[in-house]
Parts: sequence; structure tokens; C-alpha cells
Amino acid sequence: MKHTFRLGAAAAAASVLVLGLAACGSSGGGGDAGSQEITYWATNQGQSLDHDREVLSESLERFTEETGIKVNLEVIPWTDMYNRILTAVTSGDGPDVLNIGNTWAVTLQETGAFEPVEGEFLEAIGGQDRFMSAAWATAGAEGKAPTSVPLYSQAYSLYYNTELFEEAGIDAPPATWDEFVETAKKLTKDTDGDGKIDQWGISTEAGAVTNGAHHSFIRGKQHGGAMFDADGQPTFNTDAQIDGVAEWVDLMGTHKVMSPSDAEMTNGADAVANLIDGRAAMVFNQNPVKNFTARDFEDWGVAPMPLVDGNATGDRAVMSFAAGSNVSVFKNSDSKDAAYQLVAHLTDTEEQVYLNDAYTSLPTVADAYDAEEFQNESAKLKEKTLADHAQPMPLVAQEGQMETLVGTAVKNLFAQAATGTVTRADVERALTDAQNQMTAAQ
Amino acid sequence: MAPKNTVPGTIPAPADADGVGLAPASSASGPAAEALRPAAGGGGTHTAPGTGTPDDAGSPAPRGRARKAPDAQAIRRRTPRGKAESRLAYYLVTPAGLMELLIHIIPMALGIWIAFTALNQLNLTNWLNAPFVGLQNFVNGLNPESTIGQSFFSALGRTAVYTVIVVGGSWILGMAGAVFLSSKVRGRTFLRTLFLVPYALPTYVGTIAWAFMFNQRDGAVNQLLVDVFGLFGGERPFWLLGENSLTAMIVVNIWTLWPFAFLMLLAALQNVPGDVYEAASLDGASLWSQFMHITLPMVRPANGVLVLVMGLWTFNQFNIPFVLFGPSSPAEAMLVTPLIYQNSFGSWNFGLGGAMSVLLLLAMLVATAFYVRLVLPKGAQHD
Repeated sequence: MKHTFRLGAAAAAASVLVLGLAACGSSGGGGDAGSQEITYWATNQGQSLDHDREVLSESLERFTEETGIKVNLEVIPWTDMYNRILTAVTSGDGPDVLNIGNTWAVTLQETGAFEPVEGEFLEAIGGQDRFMSAAWATAGAEGKAPTSVPLYSQAYSLYYNTELFEEAGIDAPPATWDEFVETAKKLTKDTDGDGKIDQWGISTEAGAVTNGAHHSFIRGKQHGGAMFDADGQPTFNTDAQIDGVAEWVDLMGTHKVMSPSDAEMTNGADAVANLIDGRAAMVFNQNPVKNFTARDFEDWGVAPMPLVDGNATGDRAVMSFAAGSNVSVFKNSDSKDAAYQLVAHLTDTEEQVYLNDAYTSLPTVADAYDAEEFQNESAKLKEKTLADHAQPMPLVAQEGQMETLVGTAVKNLFAQAATGTVTRADVERALTDAQNQMTAAQ
Repeated sequence: MAPKNTVPGTIPAPADADGVGLAPASSASGPAAEALRPAAGGGGTHTAPGTGTPDDAGSPAPRGRARKAPDAQAIRRRTPRGKAESRLAYYLVTPAGLMELLIHIIPMALGIWIAFTALNQLNLTNWLNAPFVGLQNFVNGLNPESTIGQSFFSALGRTAVYTVIVVGGSWILGMAGAVFLSSKVRGRTFLRTLFLVPYALPTYVGTIAWAFMFNQRDGAVNQLLVDVFGLFGGERPFWLLGENSLTAMIVVNIWTLWPFAFLMLLAALQNVPGDVYEAASLDGASLWSQFMHITLPMVRPANGVLVLVMGLWTFNQFNIPFVLFGPSSPAEAMLVTPLIYQNSFGSWNFGLGGAMSVLLLLAMLVATAFYVRLVLPKGAQHD
């Protein structure tokens, strides 16, 4: 009996590996203390995978010099990361150290595949007090040892094209949602007189599932909603959530300040490119500055995300979730000490300054904030948003499913808006469907 | 990939008879000579290489004949040489059998077992011990009243229609191309190569190119239809969203699939002797009636397998929607396999995904069994 099971397990693992597009870097086998080698899966933070490789190689070289540990680096695009992690978790064959999107932290914590950050591990990274509390809150579920360490912090802000603002005679970015819609309407126009609109108020990657999930969370919060209630039950289709999602989709469907073409867009960089090219005046984005720099684009401004109620405080004043990436150690790693050392290196104050400056993200350790690299307007605004206007995405095991289900619902609503009209009833039906699927999955 | 039933026989007939005879032997009855003849022609789909006349190349394993094979085998068994050869056959088939077990049978059995468990992220690392929930996944997910059940059954219906259109379209194109190129037209070697390009390209490469072409704002399709031909009143339609997405996917799938039909039918057509057509045209048969009364019946056995294989591939289509639309297909173009993927990997609900897979497997088994019984034996009579 036992034999069959083991054979079965091996076969299933093999088939999962084959299905999972193979090519997973297996954890370095060598247990030699002398020439240790570990594998590191990094998410895509820079303008391109190549850019990431450059930035990280420099940092990893310093690590190898200090410790003698070699690191096999693989940079993985966001669209593949979740599946890659899932495959690694299922097969037990993964890297030693890996990045995760911080919104997945609790979902992945529940799999038990990652090393808890406590004891020796926590000591190696210098304790949790070094870290910003908003960032540390994303490391795992409350009341349990987290299974990830915050690495890069991000927050949504409103970025706008100052030239287009000037042309339209708008001198200040909008602060409330109504002002935002008005501003966007003024900026949506036909500039070359061919009867077709070629400049839009706002651009977003409406075809991306994660984008839909993020804005449902933010817009829902501003209306007083939540994705889950206190008992962890999904509340995707409450009035507040419907209002929030309807308001977001209406930008394309009702107000027509967002190009229908955006419904096919899955990559945030394309929305930023629209802003740079003058095809759109505003974007909501976590980190477009690296793209601006790469294109030598300087006519941009940054402002806090607009609020439904400008005077709101607390939940209704949420402008972003505490976004970012964390780093975890795989439980099956043969070289845990080396893995801890790598995490310690990546969260070291100097490396934090180097990495987050290169990626124009924010450090997760408090000391790094004093560096002059983070004294510019965009970084300061993100810092303030994270401190006062951000909450972690729901810290529940079903967060991953929620992102997929709600995000897909929003994506489909945009598709509907691009090819027809979307009513409030449509939004309600889509969110109720997502809710039903969520309940059936539990 | 392609059915391996086209190898002309090099092994003597008795070996073939033994190969077929891997199925349980029934008692010998009837004269040996009579039993042998059909068995020799029964080069099976999954058993031994065919040994028949050249006419048999490209023909599927006719069930009717295979059923008679054990008679021959029982007789062969009596001779010592037959026994040794039968043992050799078992040895030869062992590695393939083991791999088949490892790669297909065991994972499939595990998949069926997963359908009865509540496998999710909580017990994923220890998935052999996922809690057993009996029929809960089937009841929960496949209840036609529930959201998930509705999406499953409508995807099932949509996939059936999709399969009929894609296989039909590919067959018509493939047949037209094969008939055209089996006559002696100029540049037929070039055209033959050209027609096979979509088949030679990896599906992903071809589909990514199509996804670019179907892009609403900058794609080549809209540039051609809207900017050049001025269709749709100057409004650029969406091809990868909403109602058109199913059409777009059908176009891409036919584009990838038809060269296979073309290749198979061309091979089959080349086995139709030319003098039959000559005789027919002397008798005054029109080209159309030559096609209907000679070509179609002659390629019928090849057709039977071709349509079955293309149908199975298309019904299980995953690559094309995944590359065209990303992890979640538009509701209007949601096929069964992407839906199962979405439930398993998007929602981490592997039990439900497993339950859907089991139902899909059952549906395919029933459909295939019917098809094999109804279509393939008839093909044998025309051999």
C-alpha cells in the first residue's frame, strides 16, 4: 500500500512538474559548507526582466563576496509567479528563497510550505522592530509567526501629465472622486479633429485581473465596504462594494473618460506609456517613475489618490493597500542558513537603499528612509500614503481566490463596458457570481 | 500525436495476430484459414503494426476484424514458436506499458481521487491526506442551479458547438486542399509546404501572433477590415472581448488544425488508384459525383480516425484560449478545459476542478465509445 502511494506521489509530482512548464530551478543539492549554492526566484520589479537581473546581480555579487554563498537567480514575470509558486508548493521542489506578492502572504502561509519567521530566522534579519509596521503587517496572518519578510513597499498614487493639464487650464490635481471625474472629462478630447477621441482622461490596465481586485478593494473601502466580514466570510456583493466597483467601471461605461481599448490592456506599463505619449492624462499606478525615467519623460506630477469624501478618515480614507513584495524561505530548502543570510542581506539597510532606489519602490526598514534617495516628491507621497491611507489587503487564507474571482468579475465588466453598457444590476450580478463561487470553494 | 497505424507491415502475419491477441483469447472456432485472413489485415491502432496490403495503410483498426483475431491467436498459441513470440511481444511492450502507467494511468487515477477530496491551499503540501468529502464536489459544483454548475454546463455545450465548427471547418479546408494538391497542379510541392506552416509552428507562437493581430486598437485585423475595407462603419470591433471572442478563437483553432486534416487526407487520397477515376470519367461521371462516390468512400476509414482525433483535441483545447485571452477567458468564449483550470489554479479549488475533469472524462468516454461503434466499423466494409 505504502509503496503504491509513494509511486503515485512521485508520478503526480512528475506530472505536475511537466504541466508546470518544467524548467523549475531545483534547489541546489550540494550540502558542502565550502561552496554553498542556493536558488533565488525574484519577481519583476524593474522596467524589464533584464533590468532586474542587472540590479539584483550587483547586489548578489556583494552577498557572495561576503559569505561565499553562490546564488542562482531567476527573475519571473508577475503573470507566471503565482503558478510557479503553486507548482513548487505542490511538488515540494522549489527554490531556497523566493519573492511573493505581499497580498498572497496569508494564502501561502496556510500552505505551510514556507519557513516561519521566528527564532534563528528572525534573529538573522535583526528582529521585526527594524521594519516599518505597515509593511510588517503584510507578512502573514495576525497572531501567527509570519512566513515572509517585507522587501519592497509600494502604494497607489495618482500620476498625471502636467502638459495636458496646462493645456486644459487645470491647475491642481483632483482631490475628490467627483473632482476627478470632472477633471477626466475635461481632459478627454479629440485633439486632431477627425471625430474620434484620441486623448483620454485616465488609462488603466482594465484587462488585468489583479488591477480589478486592487481597485475593488480601494473603491469599496471608500464607500465603507470590505471584501470579508469579521468572521472571514466573503462580502463581495454588499451595496458599498457594488458602489465602489460601479464607480470604477463607470469611468469607461458611463463617463467615457477611459478608452474602451483599455479593456484589452493587461500590462500596467502600457497605461503609463499612454500617459507619456499624451494618449491619457492620468493613471493610478504604484510605480511608474522607473518608466518615466527610462523614457526621459519629465512632464509628470503626482498626487494622492482621490477620495469619495475628501474629509473622510479611517477606512473611508483608504487610498491604497499596503502593496509590495515580500521574501520567503522555502521549507524544503537544504541550505536554510544560507537562505536566512540571503534574506538578511536583502533587508540590510544599505541594500534596501540600493534596491529600492533602483526600483523606485520604498524601503521596508525604517533606517533606510533617511537616505537622500527617498526625499523626492513621489517617494514622500508614497511614504505618507502608506503611513496614513493604506491597509493591507484582507489577511485571510482566501485572499488569493478573492483576487482571482473579484478581479475576473471586474475585468469582464470592463469588457462589457467596452462593447456595450454596464448597469448597476450587471455589477451586482457579477459580484454575486464571484461571491457564490467563493462560498462554493470553502 | 498522430495515430500510429500507417506502418506497412514488415513483421510476418503470425506475429501480428499475436499482437492483436493481447486481448483475452476466446475459444477457437471456425476454420483457421478464414480466421487468419481478417486478422492479418487488422493492424490495430494500439496493438501491432499493420501487415495488410498497401490499401490498408492509413486505415484505422476496424473493430469488426479485431474481434475475430483471437481465433487466429488461439491457434498460433499451440505452436512453440508462437509462444516465444508472444512472450517477446510482452517484453517489448513492457517499457511502454510502464511509462503509460506512470504518465497517464496513475495521474488520471489520482485526478479521479482528488475529485472526491477537499484539496485546497490548506492541505496542498500534504495532499495525499486531503480530507475525503465523497460526492460533495460533484453536488456543490455541478448543481445546475448554482453559479459554478451553470458555468460548467454552459461551457460544456459551448465546447461541443465549438468542436463541431472547428473540426468541420478544418475538415472542409483540409479536404479542399488535399483534393486540389493531389491533382497535378503547378507548384504543388511549394503549396504543400506552405499549407503545413501553421502545423509546423508551435501553437504558442502562432497564437501569440494572432493575439497581436486581433488587438482592437493596433491589430492588423482591424487595420485591414476597418481602415482598408471600411467595414463596421469605422468603429473598431473587439475581437478578444465579448461576443466576437468565440469567433476569433475558432479562426485561430481552424488555422492551427486544418493542416493536420490536409496532411492525413492527402495521404489517404494518394492511395486511391487513378484508374478508378479514369473509368468513372469514361462513364461520364462529373467531378462532383466522382468526389461523392469515389473519393469520399475511399478515404472513409482515414476520415473516421481523423475526425475522432481532431474532435478530441479540439474538445480539450486549452493552449489557444489561454494564450489568446490569458488565465480567464471571456464568458462568451469559456471552454471546459480553461474553466477547469480557472477553478483549480485560480480559485485553488482542486477538488472541484477534479470533479469537473471526471465529468469531462466520462462525457468524452461515452462520446468516443459511441463514435467508435457507430462510425469506425462501417469504415471497415469499404476497405
